[in-house]
Amino acid sequence: MPTNVVQIVVFAILTLMTLGGGLGVVSSRNLFHGALFLVLSFAGVVGYYVLLDAGFLAAVQLLIYIGAIAILILFAIMLSRGLMSQRQSQRNEQWWIALLVVVLTFVVLAVVLWQVDWPVASDQALASPSVAISQLGQELLGPYVIPFEVASVLLLVALVGAVILARETET
Amino acid sequence: MVLSDFTFVGILILVAVLLPIVGLGLAWLIRPKKPNPIKQSTYECGIETIGDTWVQFKAQYYIYALVFVVFDIEAVFLLPWAVAYHQLPLYALVEAVILIAILVLALVYTWRKGALRWS
Amino acid sequence: MIPLYWWLVVAAALFCIGLYGVLSRKNAIGVLMGIELMLNAVNVNLVAFWRYVTPQTLTGQVFAIFVITVAAAEAAVGLAIIIAAYRRRDTVIVDELDIMRW
Repeated sequence: MPTNVVQIVVFAILTLMTLGGGLGVVSSRNLFHGALFLVLSFAGVVGYYVLLDAGFLAAVQLLIYIGAIAILILFAIMLSRGLMSQRQSQRNEQWWIALLVVVLTFVVLAVVLWQVDWPVASDQALASPSVAISQLGQELLGPYVIPFEVASVLLLVALVGAVILARETET
Repeated sequence: MVLSDFTFVGILILVAVLLPIVGLGLAWLIRPKKPNPIKQSTYECGIETIGDTWVQFKAQYYIYALVFVVFDIEAVFLLPWAVAYHQLPLYALVEAVILIAILVLALVYTWRKGALRWS
Repeated sequence: MIPLYWWLVVAAALFCIGLYGVLSRKNAIGVLMGIELMLNAVNVNLVAFWRYVTPQTLTGQVFAIFVITVAAAEAAVGLAIIIAAYRRRDTVIVDELDIMRW
């Protein structure tokens, strides 16, 4: 299928948001600003899902990542206040090794991904992706019904554990 | 492409971003600039804040956020189930009820622990 | 449509940025934010593969939903641990939380 110009422009803007936000997250001195950059990055990913025709996932990303996880992180930052006033460097001493490793990883990934011949579906299949939420429901409660239940157990355990850890009275 | 459905969302975002930029930009261009200390104070008709703004928050906020996260995800799981309700067999209803029951258990635990009480 | 390779490269870049955050941040919350970025990159990959390789079955999307769920649980518990550590040890610097280091 032909790539149309609008899609490329949207993709470029979203990439700027996602990767720019990501760079902000890892480089900002003030962790609070880092968390706000994280929201920007998540918002870029929401756009990616829309571009990939995964409307429901876009909503989920918006609801859970921006609406819940980012809020949790902001709260946690405000709860450990001592570090916010800190203006010193947020990087540890091995940051340049980390940078080297990361750049190498990226180069290797980019080369390998380029060389693999991906089994992309036929144009006809690509033109009509299944995007109905009801089908997602049938998948979730059909083949994936056990993970569906286990997810709730995971959430129960996570909530209980987090409440025990975060309560103020226990010390 | 589904993108066409989202074109309206894109236009909305564009307008929503442009509107304040144009409004504030125009105001910035044509307004007179005569600053004085009273105008520049943070609260022109209030009292000055005392101490640092970066204060320590209570951990209680975090627990509320936690409970919110858990039920946020529950909503995400229940929406596809609800949309596909009529195409699903009866056991799907049972499964969904089990899911809700397990998460209600989580809520009951938090409640009984007194973690939701504001102290 | 945008070529699949672009999505994969963008996801790889996001993953590497997150990895850099994990490896170079002093603050435990910063490390956790790096992990969130990496999980997002994984999700972009999953959804891109769904769209380009198996657009007729929704496996990729279902997987992405589970990854998001696990990410939320991980963030909730991880941040609670950080808050508990901050209360006891008065620090969230990863290098200083070394009581279990051998």
